[in-house]
Amino acid sequence: MANIKSVSKKTKAQAMGMHTEVLTGRTQQKFFNPDEAENFYYFGTHDVDFNKRTDLDVKDMTAAEANKEIDNLMGQGYGTIVIKNPQGKHSLGVGILNKLNLIFEGSLGYFGMGSCDGPIVRINGRVGWSCAENLMAGKVVIEKNAGSCFGAAIRGGDLICKGSVGARTGIDMKGGTIIIGGDAGAFTGFMMQRGRIIILGDVGINLGDSMYDGTIFVGGEIGSYGSDAVDAELTKSDQDWLKRKLKVAEIGENFDVSKMKKIVAGKKLWNYDNLEPTEKKGAI
Amino acid sequence: MCGIAGLIHRGKSSKVGHELQGMLQALKHRGEDSTGYALYGDTDGKNFIMRFKVGENVGEGSTSVAEDVSVYDKRKKIVDSYLTEMGAKIIKEERILPYSLRYEIEYNKKDLLEFSQKIESIPGVEILSMGKSLEVIKDLGNAKMVCDRYNLDKLVGTHAIGHARMATESGVDIKSAHPFWGYPFSDVSVVHNGQLTNYWNNRRALENKGMRFMSECDSELIAVYLAEKMRDGATLEEGMKESLTGLDGVFTYFVATKDSLGMAKDTMAAKPLVLYESDDLVAMGSEEIAIRSILPQEIDTYDPFDGEVKVWQI
Repeated sequence: MANIKSVSKKTKAQAMGMHTEVLTGRTQQKFFNPDEAENFYYFGTHDVDFNKRTDLDVKDMTAAEANKEIDNLMGQGYGTIVIKNPQGKHSLGVGILNKLNLIFEGSLGYFGMGSCDGPIVRINGRVGWSCAENLMAGKVVIEKNAGSCFGAAIRGGDLICKGSVGARTGIDMKGGTIIIGGDAGAFTGFMMQRGRIIILGDVGINLGDSMYDGTIFVGGEIGSYGSDAVDAELTKSDQDWLKRKLKVAEIGENFDVSKMKKIVAGKKLWNYDNLEPTEKKGAI
Repeated sequence: MCGIAGLIHRGKSSKVGHELQGMLQALKHRGEDSTGYALYGDTDGKNFIMRFKVGENVGEGSTSVAEDVSVYDKRKKIVDSYLTEMGAKIIKEERILPYSLRYEIEYNKKDLLEFSQKIESIPGVEILSMGKSLEVIKDLGNAKMVCDRYNLDKLVGTHAIGHARMATESGVDIKSAHPFWGYPFSDVSVVHNGQLTNYWNNRRALENKGMRFMSECDSELIAVYLAEKMRDGATLEEGMKESLTGLDGVFTYFVATKDSLGMAKDTMAAKPLVLYESDDLVAMGSEEIAIRSILPQEIDTYDPFDGEVKVWQI
């Protein structure tokens, strides 16, 4: 756990009593000291060889056993792992913090691929609620449909669902990109703070409700706008980015992006006016 | 948390008791205070099947007060005399447990309100279901325990809904367990996952209209709400669509009748539901693993959207 210590140099916000302490310690050093290259690696991660491939049948395993076995295989250097018979089990593939080519031949239950940082994942089925929650980096592709809270609180990476998704997609997301080939449910982009969501189909009610920042692109009909979600101009730069992104994602490559709607935060709900610009950034 | 599951075979019958047991057992981590089944069996349709209880399960974990078992016999005798008084003839009688009974009865009147009111006027007696196909079986424990206790494994029928309950706002007892019978409508049952926030307002209004509540479980409101809508002439689907605005809170619920199965999801889609649909089978549950228990092969499933109502026929 990070230590807490007082700081002597006060910013305007601190002088106003808004901040008195900052976090320091091992966690800070690990992530933000570029001179210490080894700190860019997570403890317990593995160097893997993508050309070293194996299958893992998890039919008779619990989720914990399956995840432990995936970790064992990565420890042996396997960089491509094919998971057989996931059969809707919950919490498969969670906490993978290194590069890995992971393929699920079947569907996942809830919380699949949560808290990952780096793997490239293909799921040849559907996923339940909260797939790829807190994804930091990497790419997760779902060939069929996904449940609610898809990509909740992701901070980076690409999350792609070729089918339709449930409600609250991208809730609280802080970065990264979510791409939906079909329709999305209610409250898509609810309280999102950064990142981009692309929906090629229709989207339900309360789109982008209470979003702080970030961008949502919609190709179909919008059920209704949420509080503080407003239309914005779709620029040439946006269109170029969309084309590029859809091509890389192997989804909707020929989709006419020029007709997409762009939704952003109206920023009427912002409460950052008393903060310094650098702290606004930190708060977001 | 609670878990719900349901399935309907179209154009054929199957061992729905066994199938639903597998689905609910897969959801037991969502709650195993009690488990309930609403099974629609193959019958000749001539007689009513009445499942009723004359007392509560007071075993481990129950919040019910223990009674002298002798009162069960006394209550049963009064039920029998009331049935005779109302012109109902007992064709077959099964006492599955001291407090739980199954009667096959010949009764020719269509209105079950007067009948039900009479039977339930006996303190401690509750009709769990009344119908020509429906049988509601509910008790404390997980799906397998209840299935074994009531020997449901071999029941053949067309469709079924069930519920694995984690008790939150009412007691751990049979009267608060799901499914709820759509009293006083023959063959209507409901299971629910969620929480209704306008329960008391709706309950007071419905009681003023003469509807009956047997528990303080908010989920019972759905059954009574739909029954009242149908009493006033609405179809099941119309009643379900009205419930999306009439009921406040978060919910996913299933309702079944003699020949149909329906689902409704609240407008915020706050409660989970995974659905599989093919030409001959619809299976749905709070989690995909419930469906996988009867369809282990790779299948296409999806989450219904917010405010969605669907009804399937056998």
